[in-house]
Amino acid sequence: MSEAIKNTPAGNEPEHYSLNDDRRVKVLSPGALVAKRFFRNRLAVIGLAMLVAMFVFSFVGGVISPYGQDEQFFTINTLEREYVGVSVNSSYRYSVAEGQDFGALAQSELLKAINAGEESFTYKDVTYTVVNEGEDLYSVYQGDTLVVVAAKDIFNAPDSGSVPSLEIRLAALRAYVNGETDFEVDGTAYTMDEDGNLLEGGTELGYISRFIVSSADSTVVVTRDFKEKLEEAISDNAEDFVYTSEDGTEAEYIISYDAYTSSWSVKQMTETQVYDRYSSPSLKHWLGTDTNGMDMLTRLMYGGRVSLVIGFIVVGIAGVLGVLMGGLAGYFGKWVDNLIMRIVDVFYCIPSTPVIIILGSAMDAMRIDPMIRMLYLMLILGFLSWPSIARLVRGQILSLREQEFMTATEACGIRTWHRIFRHLIPNVIPQLIVTCTMMLGSTIITEATLSFLGLGVKFPFASWGNIMNDVNNAYVMTNYWFIWIPAGVCLLITVLGFNFVGDGLRDAFDPKMKR
Amino acid sequence: MRNYIIKRILLSILILFCVTFVLYVLMRSLPASFVETMAMQLAQAPGAKPYEEWIAQLNASYGLDLGIVPGYLKWLGEFVTGQFGDSWKWNVPVVEEFKSSIGLSAVMGIIAFVLELIIAIPLGVIAATKQYSRADYAITAGALVGISLPTFFFATLLKLVFSVKLGWFDLYGLVGRDYAQLDAMGQFLDKANHLVLPIATLVIVSVGSLMRYTRTNMLEVLNADYIRTARAKGLSEHTVIYKHAFRNTLIPLVTIIGGSLPGLFSGALITETLFSLPGIGYNSYQSMVAGDIPFTMFYLTFIAVLTLASNLLSDILYAVVDPRVRIS
Repeated sequence: MSEAIKNTPAGNEPEHYSLNDDRRVKVLSPGALVAKRFFRNRLAVIGLAMLVAMFVFSFVGGVISPYGQDEQFFTINTLEREYVGVSVNSSYRYSVAEGQDFGALAQSELLKAINAGEESFTYKDVTYTVVNEGEDLYSVYQGDTLVVVAAKDIFNAPDSGSVPSLEIRLAALRAYVNGETDFEVDGTAYTMDEDGNLLEGGTELGYISRFIVSSADSTVVVTRDFKEKLEEAISDNAEDFVYTSEDGTEAEYIISYDAYTSSWSVKQMTETQVYDRYSSPSLKHWLGTDTNGMDMLTRLMYGGRVSLVIGFIVVGIAGVLGVLMGGLAGYFGKWVDNLIMRIVDVFYCIPSTPVIIILGSAMDAMRIDPMIRMLYLMLILGFLSWPSIARLVRGQILSLREQEFMTATEACGIRTWHRIFRHLIPNVIPQLIVTCTMMLGSTIITEATLSFLGLGVKFPFASWGNIMNDVNNAYVMTNYWFIWIPAGVCLLITVLGFNFVGDGLRDAFDPKMKR
Repeated sequence: MRNYIIKRILLSILILFCVTFVLYVLMRSLPASFVETMAMQLAQAPGAKPYEEWIAQLNASYGLDLGIVPGYLKWLGEFVTGQFGDSWKWNVPVVEEFKSSIGLSAVMGIIAFVLELIIAIPLGVIAATKQYSRADYAITAGALVGISLPTFFFATLLKLVFSVKLGWFDLYGLVGRDYAQLDAMGQFLDKANHLVLPIATLVIVSVGSLMRYTRTNMLEVLNADYIRTARAKGLSEHTVIYKHAFRNTLIPLVTIIGGSLPGLFSGALITETLFSLPGIGYNSYQSMVAGDIPFTMFYLTFIAVLTLASNLLSDILYAVVDPRVRIS
């Protein structure tokens, strides 16, 4: 590998070196040669750039990001709640005087008489006199006694207080219908104002209106003030209005008219604070938020950390175990080699994906703490992937062992331990680096697949795999691309980076390579 | 040769014992969630025995009351004599469940494998013959992208594009909603339609390694002396590549292809799970998660046998195909 590359001197260099002067020849170390070949490979350089970008993204990004890995965000959500229904009364309501009996059949007789414009009708041998008191207002007498008042306007008693007598109500209705303001019943003076309020002196006895306000459920208490405001809004054809109740809480109401039932339904807008789930990308959250209302970009950064760290630790474990076992097997040969290689065969034969899935679901059943679980995951993955490295190291050492420099180490009396790990293993390092780089990529995929299945890294820790786990929900898959595509792309870029670099390194380490 | 094969088979059986023992120990050391859940349910029935009695009875009937080593020996004895037991999760004999699901996985595996060969070998040869050209870079990069694509991400992307946006295929399952009303041809086409995306996933994700393998081997052959000789004697480039180089590339290719044949029956766990296809991979995943020991043990042993068979097959094929190799 001690190949020398001749550099023609640049123009401004002094030319007084003789032709065979050493300074005219630039000697590159083997490492520099490898680097040179590596950087000449376009794919490898792209791969390196992708890796650097992902490392910066994961390790620096998490520091820069203003949000925490499991910081949840909230949003104000307006909830529409059916509050009251309002309808305009279009049929006669009958108010029967105390102690009188005026049933439904009598009422229909009365209605017939009103529609026919008759002034009296007979029901069950009793003759009633009908008096038209004004528009849509009739009073019915039996002899001189007031029996019933039929009106389309409705007299409402105040929120607190008793209902005035039928005579007073009749007089009030009469005044309301005919537009009078002052009237007198039994020597007491009453006032009817423009809004239909009935006043006795300063006290309010009730009010008249055609609107019927019924609350949507028993928890809604409709106050007089609210009703008035509502009626005002309805007669203004407003679509919404704001009402401040006595205790100062302000709420917005939406009024919608339903022509079919000729009624208005009023919805109360209540504001509630909820997790900001699946919010679309915005300036605040560049990649939106996930199902828990956490910032997606920050999750991706921390997820990258977890994925990369797990990859390195797993490959580290596998590398140490593999080099140790492979080195021992290759150097000692005989029964040691046989034993270790049979263990390797057994490990090769164990279906690793199913075993990891079984262990993952077992950890699920045991409810292991997510942090400890992550450690177990690394140990399991590392322990299952050392055999391939052991095989590689053993194969290399078997051939290296026969070379002269090993005889020299033996002649020098160097200790066995040193012979293996200082003279043999360093010669395996190039292949080892290539294999480990490729293994990093595949380990990251394995970890992501497990986390995707929900058997790897668990919430609250993020990993690119468990971020994508949400895709199992078909609605998320189709509607929220920002939840899963960035995670998948990060994963792809990282693994691709490792593979490009590994491939480039393999070519660069190969002395047979012409370029 | 025969002695070698016999020796290898005996060794494989020994390895298989070790592997099944490791797997059995693993399965038994797990919290027996399946039995516990079942005992819990049974104990809740009105007038039922208490939980402890149920769990003792269930453990006895499932052979879980034995220690691990006697339990393994019992399992092994039954397994060798062909008594594979009943699956806990599927409530049918293990073999029946296995038979009902292996067909689909095998069909998928074989179709995907043939497609892989058709795509990978020509592309690999092209990449090698035009080394460092644009085509080579594109093919190498494409192969590496395929290797680097996580199956679940790629399958989801395919689903989004072809099922959701274009609506060509269903999202899940093997048969459509109106499967029962179709005639035989229609049923076949319906199933074929449902297999397009899973097979595409399998092919794209695994075509890369075969492509790179072809390229590497072709490059090695192209650098050999006899290729220089062929060129030197004035053969056309076409003859050099397809008659001399490619035939020699076939040696490692046949070896690796033969070696991957048994693997076609092992099922694609992730792909089948993602597309909810009732193949062996999906069923075994469900069994594993449910803690169904008989079915899982059967499946894992099956996979182990397949792995050993592929190793053996590729070694034998190597000797058969390459006249330079003689195994003693």
